[in-house]
Amino acid sequence: MNETRHHVTLTVNGVVREATVPGRRLLSDCLRHDLGLTGTHVGCEHGVCGACTVLLDGEPVRSCLTLAVTADGHEITTVEGLARDGEPSPVQRAFAECHALQCGFCTPGFLCTLTAFLRDNPAPTEEEALEAVAGNLCRCTGYQNILKAVHRAAELQAEEGGA
Amino acid sequence: MTTKLFGEPVRRREDARLITGQGRYLDDLGAGALAAAFVRSPHAHARIVDIDVSAALDVEGLVAIYTWEDLPGALAEPLPLLIPHPALTHGRTAYPLAREIVRHVGEPVVMVVARDRYLAEDACALIRVDYEILKPVVGVEEAVRGVHLVHEDVPGNVGAHLVQEVPGPAGQTAWEAIDAAPHRLEFRLDVERSASMPLEGKGVYARWDADDESLRVYSSTQTSTSVRMAIAAKLGLPLPKVEVIAPDVGGGFGVKIMHPWPEEVLVPWAARQLNHEVKWTEDRREHFVSSSHERGQVQHVRVGFDDDGRVLGLEVEILHDHGAYTPYGIIVPIITSTQLLGPYKVGAYRVEFSSVYTNTVQVTPYRGAGRPQGVFCMERTMDKIAAYLGKDRTEVRAANFIQPDEFPYDQGLTFQDGRPLIYDSGDYPEALRMLKELIGWDSFPEEKARAAAEGRRIGIGVGCYVEGTGVGPYEGGHVQITSDGRVHVSTGLTSQGQGHETVFAQIAATELGVPIEKVSVVTGDTRRFGYAVGTFASRAAVMSGNAIALACRKVREKALRIAAEALEADPRDLEITDGMVHVSGVPSASIPLATVAVLSNPLRYAFDEEARRATQFAGPASDDRPPVAEGEEPGLEGRDYYSPIRSTFAAGMHAAIVETDPDTAEIKILRYAVVHDCGRLINPMIVEGQIHGGVAQGVGGALYEKMVYDEHGQLLNASFMDFLMPYATEVPRVETAHLETPSPLNPLGIKGAGEAGVIPVSAVVASAIEDAEGIPIDRMPISPSDLHALRQAR
Ligand code: FES
Ligand code: FES
Repeated sequence: MNETRHHVTLTVNGVVREATVPGRRLLSDCLRHDLGLTGTHVGCEHGVCGACTVLLDGEPVRSCLTLAVTADGHEITTVEGLARDGEPSPVQRAFAECHALQCGFCTPGFLCTLTAFLRDNPAPTEEEALEAVAGNLCRCTGYQNILKAVHRAAELQAEEGGA
Repeated sequence: MTTKLFGEPVRRREDARLITGQGRYLDDLGAGALAAAFVRSPHAHARIVDIDVSAALDVEGLVAIYTWEDLPGALAEPLPLLIPHPALTHGRTAYPLAREIVRHVGEPVVMVVARDRYLAEDACALIRVDYEILKPVVGVEEAVRGVHLVHEDVPGNVGAHLVQEVPGPAGQTAWEAIDAAPHRLEFRLDVERSASMPLEGKGVYARWDADDESLRVYSSTQTSTSVRMAIAAKLGLPLPKVEVIAPDVGGGFGVKIMHPWPEEVLVPWAARQLNHEVKWTEDRREHFVSSSHERGQVQHVRVGFDDDGRVLGLEVEILHDHGAYTPYGIIVPIITSTQLLGPYKVGAYRVEFSSVYTNTVQVTPYRGAGRPQGVFCMERTMDKIAAYLGKDRTEVRAANFIQPDEFPYDQGLTFQDGRPLIYDSGDYPEALRMLKELIGWDSFPEEKARAAAEGRRIGIGVGCYVEGTGVGPYEGGHVQITSDGRVHVSTGLTSQGQGHETVFAQIAATELGVPIEKVSVVTGDTRRFGYAVGTFASRAAVMSGNAIALACRKVREKALRIAAEALEADPRDLEITDGMVHVSGVPSASIPLATVAVLSNPLRYAFDEEARRATQFAGPASDDRPPVAEGEEPGLEGRDYYSPIRSTFAAGMHAAIVETDPDTAEIKILRYAVVHDCGRLINPMIVEGQIHGGVAQGVGGALYEKMVYDEHGQLLNASFMDFLMPYATEVPRVETAHLETPSPLNPLGIKGAGEAGVIPVSAVVASAIEDAEGIPIDRMPISPSDLHALRQAR
């Protein structure tokens, strides 16, 4: 019972990476266990919690609902790739400043989701910010400081002259 | 002055790694490990007739398959009962792998080890277990009927039965007091099951070192020290050969204080058997059906009171569902029975609980640990008294409060720690005053009338609680200052997001007078600290915080003694500022702590600059004294323990305004206010975060979360799709105010804060919905369809 394996080439955080995976291998497992990028977390493996969110060609996707083979040839950004020149990004800094994380397990998913969101909507209203985070679960923070961090990140991003 | 950090909203030191994906959670470790997976029972109650593994043997990458028959020695025995109690006459625990009988869906039956998790699960799917199905027992009332038994040798399914009684002021029993009271009420309350549900499930990763015959285990646990002892005992290994480390843990909320989980002993055992690293990472469905639940209770209440609403006698009968096993004893119903009293004097009190077996997942503490149920009971009682007398709900509460001058106040009961339930300090009237002001209690009737005029239904609710925090028996702290001036702090208990690396560093920096950047903190690593109890019961800050402060004071004293000799000064004239020991008022007469660290060790190989410099301070050795004087130790380090005589009692009061939709029965929390008293605050930012998170879990318990078991004992909503945890859209903004009544029991004057937020939320939301709707709310959670049904039944 040997499974057919597929060769995939992904550009992850700007670096070309290769892996040989069975067709059923989830992108989350491929990133975490084949490529050693364990910053992407898995909270449910059924697409509800959002912890596994990464950017696929710039758009947030749930890596637990994506097969690694379907990502072949695409660009992926994970939490490890959000910092620029070793400096945490505005969204990352805002999370630390606003105490928007406790255990930190959900955090990579929020950070990826919000990075894309604030790129497309650099000055969100309260309601837009709420909607942006409403697809991710956090069991620790009660979300209040995460919402605060969305606005703070928008400010920091603006100070830096946009995305 | 950089050193006064206690009480400041210092930013978290753990965040730098967690926001960049550099955290190390359990499943991030052990890239080369084999993967374990489990065949779990699909039935709630069944006898195992046969296990046929033959079809699984061809699976590529399969390494091993184990059933109960394979387990040697102590591993083949039932798992430990951690907290026995005389009232728990029929305690039962599970085997690590089921032996003969399975008693809930999800109980592990077979362990498979394979090259990766996918392959291990392939093998699991091919293993055939034949079961003879037995009658399941689901629901407490079904359980006490005792027609079918969860354990053949537990009659009536009753594991424990406990009565506690406190006579009234004139010695009357609760029954007498209630019967003699001017007014009486009697009612039933129901609280559903929920669960901790951390975003990271459990997980265990074990490395056996055959050369050294030692074992290193990582577990996503709230207590690495006790897991270590359990593993050593179960595997027959000498304790020093086992080390357990809690890495970054993605939330606990109680479920990870339970230990040892079957996997925590099986995975290390397999690693040793196979002489290869083995890892198991729980998936979400496994977590739902095999990790603990909590909350489920039915309560029958009788209360007698006077015209002012003062309670004269209270009787509560609790049916507590503890699921299939009782590994954690009866802590949860004991806490419900005792903490139910909250900030009140209730005259005569009688509480009786039966803790019963059902064919469902076991029940062990989840944040709040029995308190939310107790507070629900007491606060519903207060509201009912107010409604009966036509009084303001806060007035009835105030009439029953323990007054500030009555502390320490003895409630006459025995608390969870086996110690008397004596409240140490508090100011309940002030907390209520602050809460009413924060939420605008007195002006709410006008607001409600205005809303009504617009066709909107709103209501306000209130709930009060007292929480015993910082239970013993002890925690310890170790502090070492090395010759580079760095301060290394360790404590045995673990962290799951509480920011211990930050708050303990604040304490150490403040006590020692060093910049916080110099301080590093390690928790939950038995290589660094072997004695600990664990992180639960809102105890970490109180217990380890004080232990670390005491250890720092020892180190400080030693540092001053050594520095005094070098500076030829009196230690009493010395201060430490910014890592420099100096004579008060004479900054030039100073010596760095780094140098003091060198001087503290008579062996001074000049490995670094500091050691070379230190020689200038070292006095001539005296020929008639040993280099390490009697009673001294080399090194600038200290260890101390904090062991309180009893718990310290935090308190809080919450209020909410809700809106209910007249047509759809949707329930929305418009405002949520919290007044919180956890004594002195170490870091207000972190305390607020704990409250926000607690309230969010409370909202889940009040409006959304329940474990839906069918009559066959199948959990119907075992996924995040169907078990409704609140998203950001469901959680209100929490408005907070702090009151600080320091605890007189510990050196830092602090009380615990971890669980506070969750405790009264169900009570508060019920109170507010009742106010909006005018329908008694006696059961939580309440969904729009539940509310709709209540409206129909009116
Ligand atoms: S792990 Fe992918 S959504 Fe939960
Ligand atoms: S910070 Fe723990 S789940 Fe969000």
